[in-house]
Amino acid sequence: MSWTFFHKLGSPKWFYEISGKLLPWLALASVLLLAIGVVWGLFYAPEDYQQGNSFRIIYIHVPAAILAQSCYMMLAVAGIVGLVWRMKLADVALQCAAPIGAWMTFVALITGSIWGKPTWGTYWEWDARLTSMLILLFLYFGIIALRMAISNRDTAAKATAVMAIVGVVNIPIIKYSVDWWNTLHQPATFTMTEKPAMPPEMWLPLLVMVIAFYGLFALNLLLRMRLEVLRREYKARWVREILEKSS
Amino acid sequence: MRQMIWLLLKREWQLTWRRPGDLLNPLIFFAMVITLFPLAVGPEPQLLQRMASGIIWVAALLATLLSLDGLFRSDFEDGSLEQWVLSPHPLTLLVLVKVLHHWLMCGLLLVLLAPVLGLMLALPWSVMPTLCLTLLLGTAVLSLLGAIGAALTVGLKGSGSMLLALLILPLYIPVLILGTGAMDAALQGLPVLGYLLWLGCLALLALSLAPLAIAAGLRIGVSE
Amino acid sequence: MSKQQIDVIELACERDERELFSAVSFCLQPGDVLQVAGPNGAGKTSLLRIMAGLMPATAGDISFAEKSILSGSGREYWRRNLLYIGHAPAVKSALTAEENLSWLCALTRPVSSEAIWQALDQVGLRGFEDVPCRQLSAGQQRRVALARLYLPGAPIWILDEPFTALDQAGVLTLEQHIMSFAASGGTVVLTTHHSLAHVAGVRRLELGRVN
Repeated sequence: MSWTFFHKLGSPKWFYEISGKLLPWLALASVLLLAIGVVWGLFYAPEDYQQGNSFRIIYIHVPAAILAQSCYMMLAVAGIVGLVWRMKLADVALQCAAPIGAWMTFVALITGSIWGKPTWGTYWEWDARLTSMLILLFLYFGIIALRMAISNRDTAAKATAVMAIVGVVNIPIIKYSVDWWNTLHQPATFTMTEKPAMPPEMWLPLLVMVIAFYGLFALNLLLRMRLEVLRREYKARWVREILEKSS
Repeated sequence: MRQMIWLLLKREWQLTWRRPGDLLNPLIFFAMVITLFPLAVGPEPQLLQRMASGIIWVAALLATLLSLDGLFRSDFEDGSLEQWVLSPHPLTLLVLVKVLHHWLMCGLLLVLLAPVLGLMLALPWSVMPTLCLTLLLGTAVLSLLGAIGAALTVGLKGSGSMLLALLILPLYIPVLILGTGAMDAALQGLPVLGYLLWLGCLALLALSLAPLAIAAGLRIGVSE
Repeated sequence: MSKQQIDVIELACERDERELFSAVSFCLQPGDVLQVAGPNGAGKTSLLRIMAGLMPATAGDISFAEKSILSGSGREYWRRNLLYIGHAPAVKSALTAEENLSWLCALTRPVSSEAIWQALDQVGLRGFEDVPCRQLSAGQQRRVALARLYLPGAPIWILDEPFTALDQAGVLTLEQHIMSFAASGGTVVLTTHHSLAHVAGVRRLELGRVN
């Protein structure tokens, strides 16, 4: 990868143009994948021999949980890029991704607790994974609150970047300590590296759903980032031209 | 360099002793929070003993957090931090010394007070060494992590302390789990060395990484 | 020309999407006194803070002794040669004047307590060395901060409104001190609304509202 490419990536105008070309394809692909995954997972995948149909909520729960965690990693990466290379676009990404990540965590928590009712007989079980998710939600809240509290944009950008990096260093420690606190936890449902215990007709739709969620996340993020770039660069000539064309 | 560290410790010491309230208030807070629990859940010794380690740890965590809120604020407001940032000495070292001083003052006093409060919560004498040791190691981590939040919120007036809690409390969870885990093990007569080693690991990790984040946070705060 | 030359090149500063100044360029030799002037909100303090290295510039560069001070070893060297006194005087109210000064100097290079007493004497604080600064008036606290200018040290001063809260005699003494410092090869950048009547050869930089 050449460095000119990297710096071009930081230019808002270039980002706006490229993302505009990318958007329709991304939208098409993720909606298609989502449709396939939902129909396959909810109608064609076999019932779980223990949990019956209630297990099907994993087709929402697991992708949301995976995305919630990778979104936080993304925040930290964006934070490092923003702090080290002073790339403004990285801050835009950080700012726009944080609320999406928080929503994903929230969805994972809600679906987890709904799933908990038929499985454990209660809406909230202090299960290690759910507890970790709750803590992750708090970490997201901290970042969003810090961003909102600091009025100067550059200061807010750097402070949230530092906080995201601090959070990402702490996440494994928190996760392991919570796991250890709750030794009764179930093993993770789905890992990319290990051979899953589920039959393929169960995990294939799950894989489709995970990819679809990533697609939707990217779509949502790009849309938010494009709006934010326009808002920040409203003085620039290319933004004026775009606004005149559309009005 | 050594002389500079010595002078900084002397300065912090002088500042603390001329305003002893900053030192005593977290301690009083610690004692008060612990007093609230028997009043809320009832004074049965079995129940209290069962909850004691959790109560003491949560109270110690909140007391440390509250005491950290003002750690850098007065230095920020009177312009001292600008001079720190402009010093040719590494800012990471300066903040490390400052935070360690805070730990020696606040953490050590909490450790000294904790056995008395533990006794009031019906903890047996046999677990007191564990209580003190875990608190000693744990408060070091609490001070270092909390100082990151204090640095990031240094320029915020008013809402700073609530935000500090929001940012830092999730990061305190591992310390809380390890500290109370060690206490439970000690109450059951199990070995606690493993817990102490883990806490020591966390303390070392915080000692080596937190000053970087604290210094970065202060630079950001000063640059506004 | 000179090794200790300060070059400010096309410096720009933006705050909250408002441009304070742009394309500010100047060059300072040892012995120069630069007064940064302009209306409130023109970015005088920001310029000084950027020069000190407290704030990032939006664009442009500053070099000292032919090295950029914005990063790396150039910044380190710059800090060793710089004395910055900001709006807030960095005087802790709980400490005495002597304690304040001994710590502030230790941040760059430690000085003996005799030197500190002498400096305090020169700013007219004889007899106040051991008084906690909260008992001093605003002007006296400012004098504690300014006593750093009388201690041996940095060849470059950046002073943000150093005359605030000083009485007439104090202003006069400080102006004379700045002049003798410049005559001995020091460089001074300062903001003030005073006219600097007693300092010869002051250069002025007008910020703001030109366009």
